[in-house]
Amino acid sequence: MVLFVMCFLLFLVGLYGVLTRRNLIKIIIALSIMEYSLNLFFILIGYVKGGEIPILKKAGTVPAVVVDPLPQAMILTAIVIGLATTALLLAIAIRLYRKYKTFDVSGINALKG
Amino acid sequence: MMEALLPLFVVIPLGFAFITAVAGRYIPQFHRIAIPLVFLFLAGLSAWMMANIRENILLYMVGGWEPVNGIPIGIHLSADGLSVLLLVIINTLAFFSAFYSYAYIEQYTSGQYFYALFCLMVAGMNGVAVTGDIFNLYVFLEIAAIASYALVAFGTKKEELEASFKYQVLGGLGSLFILFGIGVLYWATGTLNMADMHKLLGSAPASPGIVFAGVLLLAGFGIKSAMVPFHSWLPDAHSSAPSPISAMLSGVLIKAIGIYCLFRFFFNLFAVSVQFAYGITTLGVISMLVGGFLAINQWDTKRLLAYSSISQMGYVVMSTGIGMILLCRGGDMKIAALAIFGGVYHLVNHAFFKGLLFLNAGALEYRLQTRDLLKMGGLAHAMPVTSATSLVASMAISGIPPFNGFFSKLIIIIAAVRAGFYGLAILAVIVSIITLAYYLKFQRYAFYGKPSESGLPEKDVPFSMKGTMILLALCCLLLSVLVFPSLRNLFLMPAVHALMNMTL
Repeated sequence: MVLFVMCFLLFLVGLYGVLTRRNLIKIIIALSIMEYSLNLFFILIGYVKGGEIPILKKAGTVPAVVVDPLPQAMILTAIVIGLATTALLLAIAIRLYRKYKTFDVSGINALKG
Repeated sequence: MMEALLPLFVVIPLGFAFITAVAGRYIPQFHRIAIPLVFLFLAGLSAWMMANIRENILLYMVGGWEPVNGIPIGIHLSADGLSVLLLVIINTLAFFSAFYSYAYIEQYTSGQYFYALFCLMVAGMNGVAVTGDIFNLYVFLEIAAIASYALVAFGTKKEELEASFKYQVLGGLGSLFILFGIGVLYWATGTLNMADMHKLLGSAPASPGIVFAGVLLLAGFGIKSAMVPFHSWLPDAHSSAPSPISAMLSGVLIKAIGIYCLFRFFFNLFAVSVQFAYGITTLGVISMLVGGFLAINQWDTKRLLAYSSISQMGYVVMSTGIGMILLCRGGDMKIAALAIFGGVYHLVNHAFFKGLLFLNAGALEYRLQTRDLLKMGGLAHAMPVTSATSLVASMAISGIPPFNGFFSKLIIIIAAVRAGFYGLAILAVIVSIITLAYYLKFQRYAFYGKPSESGLPEKDVPFSMKGTMILLALCCLLLSVLVFPSLRNLFLMPAVHALMNMTL
């Protein structure tokens, strides 16, 4: 249970970062932290105490206790999606830097309202 | 037989996304001609499915993985009346936007990447509509969202990049909340299949874990569908995107990955609860009011339209929320059905008239190179088609008979009165008057009054843009026939019953 609480704290740390930081790169880092905390959360869901890897080692010998493989498969997909979002965010941040010569959010304010 | 068609809605646009990115470089004009035809085909296919689905539920098992001992193991695609209705809206609007882009895209370089991203976005939205698996829903939702982030920044000007960054950070936050919610749901139930999860959650009273997941999902989809107070990204993103994309974002995307998912989760997955029903209705009412009041003050055409989207989505969510409250309380099922019908009908109508209004704004921008209302004026004679179609759309969205928006707003107000929510009915009428006010302002400053100093354009927009706008204006008029009982029962009631039956 302690692990779940710490995982949730990590999520909140990321959320705090996204809401309060003023540097584009730091906002991206904070989003990544949130994402990692969710990856950790999914792995924790699938964990079974004393469980083995869910692979048939030899024909006919099924391990008695196995961890749940589905969250692991899901989180592989989520990591790939996270990679795509982070790459796109960084690409846009670089383009923004070229236009505005700053990473500071308060300096980037062409839009209002 | 029909269920074998479901994967096509994802596979065809996904395949063409990659074909266009490559072939568009070597075969000139390939993307401009092929992609509208692809969407026309998909729109026809989905319309045929809608005419034939009735109350059936289509189920397709990807890879042929049959359930073992009644426990589903593979990913299922499933479609009921609501999914098919959404497929029709997505693909029809995609066809119109792609055809409109034929002329509009000349302003940009690398048109093939525009169409490739467009296809990816449609593939993601179609996937959200047909999937029957909640993690699969998240994956498709991200495909659509990431493609839309890139499309918002397509012009790579200062404002577009800034809007895209803002949209990505808030959209990413929304996605993470949704993923968290899905994780908690899997933890609580041990399944990802929607029908299976409904069996587990539908009857039992909600445990604290499920309520927590519900709150996370409400926040996540609230951000995706830009409900006030999560709306701050929408006016920037929808006004900065290229106009055909604005039409897709406002007309379809916020419905497909926001409102549709919200309804799917809170009607079909969870046992409907009074608390969430009141929460959803409140979000709808606040969006309707705040969106309307913020729109009055805008001088940028596309920002005005974007705020108006928030307000109109508020109507949809409020009406469906009223239906949900009645369902929980065990009130009159007929009034609940009427309220949900009003919401679904307004959702369909909004896709068409808001799509048309954004295309009008795009036509003005194409000729005048500005979105500022104060720099326009007297365009009614110079651009007759744009002027006439935008008048139709403005009247439809402000609820003037005989256009479709009048009937859907009337049904929403009648449903609110008959359900006993007199205050909400009065608010809906007031916001409707405000809507009329800011669309009159749009008409007055853009098309009537004195011409601006920069002079009038010599001619109206090219054929593909004109043709699309005329067809959409006809749709605005024709959709009002859906209020007749026989057509309503054929096309819209399957969607309402899909939500009411609370099964998938």
